[in-house]
Amino acid sequence: MPHDDLNQAHAHSVLPSDAELRVNALETLLIRKGLIDSEALDAIIDIYENKIGPKNGARVVAKAWSDPVFKARLLEDATATVAELGFYGRQGEHIVSLENTDSIHNLVVCTLCSCYPWPLLGIPPGWYKSDAYRARAVREPRKVLAEFGVVLENGEDVRVWDSTAEIRYLVIPKRPPGTEGWSEDALTEIVTRDSMIGTAILPVSE
Amino acid sequence: MGGRFGDGPVDSDFGREHVFEEEWHGRAFAVTIASGFLGQWNLDESRHMRECLSPKDYGRFSYYEKWLSGLADILVAKEVVTNKELETLSPDIASEDLIARVLKAKDVFSSLAKGGPTNREEGYKALFKVGDIVTTCRAENKYVAGGHTRLPNYASGKSGKIISCNGNHVFPDSNAHRAGELPQPLYTVAFLAEVLWEHPENPDDLVMLDLWQSYLQPL
Repeated sequence: MPHDDLNQAHAHSVLPSDAELRVNALETLLIRKGLIDSEALDAIIDIYENKIGPKNGARVVAKAWSDPVFKARLLEDATATVAELGFYGRQGEHIVSLENTDSIHNLVVCTLCSCYPWPLLGIPPGWYKSDAYRARAVREPRKVLAEFGVVLENGEDVRVWDSTAEIRYLVIPKRPPGTEGWSEDALTEIVTRDSMIGTAILPVSE
Repeated sequence: MGGRFGDGPVDSDFGREHVFEEEWHGRAFAVTIASGFLGQWNLDESRHMRECLSPKDYGRFSYYEKWLSGLADILVAKEVVTNKELETLSPDIASEDLIARVLKAKDVFSSLAKGGPTNREEGYKALFKVGDIVTTCRAENKYVAGGHTRLPNYASGKSGKIISCNGNHVFPDSNAHRAGELPQPLYTVAFLAEVLWEHPENPDDLVMLDLWQSYLQPL
């Protein structure tokens, strides 16, 4: 939530929200009972804020763009292939990769909750978990894409993947024109989180 | 809620991406994850607990409020904490048997990296193969009273084509009720938009779902 209004920001800082109070209450009780460790909580937050996030997925995509053999293996058995790069774990035990092409555009959603490939993309963004995205991505994916500024200009078919089981999906976006000859590191920098969910197309690089 | 009307536009966070939009989101997330390591419930039980929030609360709660409420409910249901403790915030019942399971900071990374795969060697024999046309059953838990299924309503009673056989996976409908993992074949099924929706945006678009064998019957 933006806090561009000073008064609002002030009110927020002195008066915690009900939800905030409830987190504090539950956390306090569990710590007092010795059932959770406050340093472990900090470690969990730190991992998903700083260590596990879309940079991981971007590395996978950049490698797939650069190395056809890697890409073939990624499309064949993504779980084993990304594990070789050290990406495995909670909410990423069964990975499938989906390649966007000139004829197919893949889009990932979880209509039942918010399933998402944590080891590759981290914690899902707010919009991915929103009622609007969960309700509409399966019924009107093209309108949803348009709201993200994505217009499919080549007459692509849309394939929406509803993550109803423990399989987690990673979209391999189309490599943008203008990136020929780029190093894997340079390519990693331009792969965005949304492009690996399917709600962005990477722009032509200058 | 897949297919529901009335939710309005999707509010993209482009240019203002945060892992946790509010500080307490991170706390709610971490408390939930850490509590899970106590080993008193499985993933399907925690999902089911969130689904069992009253529809009124489910509608008005923000995402992490749902997590928190689901966590509080399951902590009480599993007798890890009591309602009285939630009111007073002071420990009332002993929990010595759980202390050994408490997640320590030094173990966080390796514990999360370990994951919890749901594929199993054992289980039912696959009845379908890639290319088979199947029809889904009613989106209701057929096995255990009390709900929880991973077949969404919008794909209930619809026909699609199997595009992938994914081996046997833990069956959430039973696992959510501690009625056993009962692994069974999991398939990826492709449905045409025109089969799912009376007014499809584009009839040839596809929606893919991962569905357990017992949700499916031959066309």
